[in-house]
Amino acid sequence: MKNRARILAYPYIVWMIIFIVVPLLLVLFYSVTEGNINDPSSLSFSLKSYTRVFDIMYLNVIWKSFKLAIISTLFCLILGYPVALIISTVKARYKNIVLMFFLVPIWMNFLLRTYAWMSILSPNGFINRLLTFLGLPPLQIMPGQTAVILGMIYNFLPFMVLPIYTVLSKIDKSVLEAAMDLGANKIVTFIKVILPLTVPGIISGITMVFMPAVSTFVISQLLGGGKELLIGNLIEQQFTVQRDWHFGSALSIILMIMILISMAIMSKVEKDDGNGGAPIW
Amino acid sequence: MSKKIIELVNVTKRFNGVTAVNNINLYIRENEFVTLLGPSGCGKTTTLRMIGGFEDPDEGDIFFDGVRINDVPPYKRNINTVFQRYALFTHMNVYENIAFGLRIKKVPKDEIDRRIKRMLKLVDLEGFENRHVDSLSGGQQQRVAIARALVNEPKVLLLDEPLGALDLKLRKEMQIELMDMQKNVGITFIYVTHDQEEALTMSDTVVVMNNGVIQQVGTPVDIYNEPVNRFVADFIGESNIIEGVMIEDFVVEFSGRKFKCLDKGFSHNEPVDIVIRPEDIDITEPEKGLIQGVVTSVVFKGVHYEMLVEGGGFEYMIQSTDMAPVGANVGLTFNPEDIHVMKRGS
Repeated sequence: MKNRARILAYPYIVWMIIFIVVPLLLVLFYSVTEGNINDPSSLSFSLKSYTRVFDIMYLNVIWKSFKLAIISTLFCLILGYPVALIISTVKARYKNIVLMFFLVPIWMNFLLRTYAWMSILSPNGFINRLLTFLGLPPLQIMPGQTAVILGMIYNFLPFMVLPIYTVLSKIDKSVLEAAMDLGANKIVTFIKVILPLTVPGIISGITMVFMPAVSTFVISQLLGGGKELLIGNLIEQQFTVQRDWHFGSALSIILMIMILISMAIMSKVEKDDGNGGAPIW
Repeated sequence: MSKKIIELVNVTKRFNGVTAVNNINLYIRENEFVTLLGPSGCGKTTTLRMIGGFEDPDEGDIFFDGVRINDVPPYKRNINTVFQRYALFTHMNVYENIAFGLRIKKVPKDEIDRRIKRMLKLVDLEGFENRHVDSLSGGQQQRVAIARALVNEPKVLLLDEPLGALDLKLRKEMQIELMDMQKNVGITFIYVTHDQEEALTMSDTVVVMNNGVIQQVGTPVDIYNEPVNRFVADFIGESNIIEGVMIEDFVVEFSGRKFKCLDKGFSHNEPVDIVIRPEDIDITEPEKGLIQGVVTSVVFKGVHYEMLVEGGGFEYMIQSTDMAPVGANVGLTFNPEDIHVMKRGS
């Protein structure tokens, strides 16, 4: 039985090796070498790509990527938590319908959704036409950081709502009744019981929003109009335009390390005070 | 008699048009141990939740210490609840769970400390302060839940089937502990259970409910010995319920003959239900019995034998330490005080 189960895992292991382990090793390899990538004999060990990252220009890009990702993650949390709370309190009959409203956008293509935001925010877009129609001066949102942040919030909000909702819906209603029974009104119940019990959901939500937000290049390209260069754009450029795979690989490795560090900090926070409820992953 | 602490007047509760509690009237006295007893769906938990403030009655009024509390939210009632599945705060340790209510009331730190120490001693959990509630056994969690409620020194403690999840031995122990606690702290307990034995063991007063209606209120002895109707007789303990006719005061006819009894106040020849508890019937030689019959089944139950005897047009259940084998002809005897006559239910 045990052996048979192991056989079932082989295709997945092969898949993992070909599409995850090998590419990762290649990225690592390119990041610590220099030379012509089309001529293996010209490659030699070098940490030049890593030292280049410490150029103030690139550090600024990394800083900006983290700043925008943190801002949009915070907004997702501020917007997403109440949404999750509302969905979890909706009557069971309507719950799936309300949940659908938040999930349907995910089913649409990511690019399509971002293009939709372009047509809303662009200088001749929906918002500015409306403002002109009302006799108000037009707004200069896109291209710009505000537009990028809006795009990130819109695209990643469901990833904040879902894990928080999952944890919220697992809370036993009688625990909330117990809090009320012991003298807690709704606000105190929320602060002392609901919020601490949903910490695992919040942690999951933050991780699931922060990771794609910090590494995105599509949103910043489309809504930033090429002006808002993020680390994702920088990496993409190294592979497609600059053809500098060594530097691109070094940037990827550094981004990965930074994400891993943030996740480690997150899981530490979770272990410290998120004892209630199981994290969803 | 001590004063009424809780009073329900013409209280009705419906869920989506289904009546859960139907026009009940009930009062509970200070320091009483009252049990609401009935099968599941009889409205006992709904009644308890209305007293706790978790459900609003559709009709009628609930009074606490003479004041109408229909519109008072649970967190403003001087009542605490022990929930069916404990409902402990899993993100807190034992100490913080018990301290929850006191912290909200802004009780000084040293007093919180003192009261929790005393509570932990009362529920026999000293030294468990820093334990995580998930690491406790069912019985221990239950005691934390009781401590968490009692530490607030409520006037009334509501207990919703608090021992339902425990195994038999632990349940028996906890029954005794709860009774002792109630005596020691002097708080009114309102206890909900479907276990008739638990109700009879623990309560000062038992309220038997069925289909949202109170069937009988009385001491455990009254409820057991003088059930008012077929439902109560059937629900509380084992019983033989026989149809009969009340000929006149102190004379009842069933199983084809007349018997002396202690009941009166029925109309002449009124159809009635008669209850005789299985342990009140003795078996003798056929000619000495009031009713003659044949043993159809014998089951050994440990302390006694449980026999079925076919006779007088009825199958009598008898619990006795004497045994007669299957097929034997026996006589059944019982005393006038063992015959309980009840009005025929609709």
